[in-house]
Amino acid sequence: MNQARALVAGEAEGELVVLDEPLSFWGGYDPVRGVIIEPGHPQQGVSLAGKIVAMAHGKGSSSSASVLAESLRQGTGPAGLVLEKPDQILVIGSLVAGMLYDVVCPVVVGVIPDPATGTWRLGGEGLRPAS
Amino acid sequence: MQLTDNDRDMLGGGLGPAVKTSMELVMAIGEAAGAHRLIDISAAHVDGSLYHGLATLEFAERLAGDEGQVRVPTTLNVTALDLLHPELYRGDEEVAAQQRKQIVAYLAMGCQPTWTCAPYQLPDPPQFGDQVAWGESNAIVYANSVIGARTNRYGDFLDICCALTGRAPYVGLHTDEGRRATLVIELEVPDEWLDNDLVYPVLGHLVGELAGDDVPVIIGLDHRASTDRLKALGAAAASSGAVGMFHAVGVTPEAPDLETSLQGMTPDRVFSLDEGSLREGLAELSSAHSRLGAVCLGTPHASMAELHSLVELARGRESRVPFYVNTARHIYQEAQESGLASELEAFGAIVVVDTCTYITPILEPVDGAVMTNSGKWAYYAPANLGVDVILGTQADCVESAVTGEIVIGGPW
Repeated sequence: MNQARALVAGEAEGELVVLDEPLSFWGGYDPVRGVIIEPGHPQQGVSLAGKIVAMAHGKGSSSSASVLAESLRQGTGPAGLVLEKPDQILVIGSLVAGMLYDVVCPVVVGVIPDPATGTWRLGGEGLRPAS
Repeated sequence: MQLTDNDRDMLGGGLGPAVKTSMELVMAIGEAAGAHRLIDISAAHVDGSLYHGLATLEFAERLAGDEGQVRVPTTLNVTALDLLHPELYRGDEEVAAQQRKQIVAYLAMGCQPTWTCAPYQLPDPPQFGDQVAWGESNAIVYANSVIGARTNRYGDFLDICCALTGRAPYVGLHTDEGRRATLVIELEVPDEWLDNDLVYPVLGHLVGELAGDDVPVIIGLDHRASTDRLKALGAAAASSGAVGMFHAVGVTPEAPDLETSLQGMTPDRVFSLDEGSLREGLAELSSAHSRLGAVCLGTPHASMAELHSLVELARGRESRVPFYVNTARHIYQEAQESGLASELEAFGAIVVVDTCTYITPILEPVDGAVMTNSGKWAYYAPANLGVDVILGTQADCVESAVTGEIVIGGPW
């Protein structure tokens, strides 16, 4: 069973990007270009704009909340986030972007599928293949 | 979630719209984290003062415009500017103007203009057992681990919401059970390694990679792990991982012995780190560059003790490369009064306050690698600034700056 729990409610649909290592949005994500810039990150250079992003957990600076919110304001942020463990920093970044800019970026604790190719729908019940 | 009458009043808007907004966000986070109630906090440290784009400015202006006022003593983290030496900022003027507006908004809410990432070095830091809401990853790990105060990893936005409500979700590192170590990291290196400053940030880097967001306990440190060395360790661990707290057996206040830090339970994971592990950790943080371009010390902000030891090393000598030292304005003032600041300037050091050289454009264009004693600076600067980094001790940094050749001493 997919035991999902929505930390930030909402629906999103998009390509799924499963991060091989956790990402600190602050210092690791460029909100202007919408790409991972963390040196040595296995997915450095990959765009997360409009993608559903799955990672085990957050890491690093508490400023990641700001960078996530700013990327959502600029339209370069993820469509939704799937985490294996709750992360307050990513939740607050998404909630503030929702409050200020009416952007919906659901944050869900759930199972990360494997394989993860194709388009997925993210909501309160977790990830489902789209269509 | 169980709410008090006062919580309900805040949530209902009885204490104004800024408090209502803040309470809604505190509640949402509490529910996400599985908290059953909120607790009073005695202080807050707000990381949200740094401008990260319009989202951070517009959030602060919304709360300040709604006449939000902090309900507990609230200190502020760094900004993008050195407000005492504004000429050091080499970045975009538009960003500087927006940063100044964001500063105005946070000061309007009653926050203190401390502008430091090391609030534990301010007068009247939290005490053992105090419940606080701190942002800034290195400050969080220091408060929990070295002081024994209790804070979760508050992010930007949430930290000011806790300050405006005086409340925080009772969960995670605020609770006894949330502070239990679940992984053991055994340091197995020759005794003299513990005399080398560089061991601590490198160990922290490895601890962060292993721990993720779990609470680790380190075995193998002793009294030589001074507060400044623990500060370096924690800052590095909170960069490579989401570490909010670590224990060090016989060193940190909640780990008189291993059993206590584990709260009598069996650890989920056990690791050991030897000289080879540390050398690999150093290699991850340090490039093979052979030319020295500049030196950056003071990440987190240098303490008075660190400035003293730096002056001892630098006295009567002169740096051949740009040599930056980040510190807090209250420490800088003390350094000016005691004459340390003028000794640093005679050496050629550029003292930077209110900000840090890895988050904002301050460095002049460098020809070669930048040497630092900070695992945190080494971790973030390559992406932020596009520079190569060499990690060494404070003494290595001074020797290298004076000779112009990269020198790494100690057992490495």
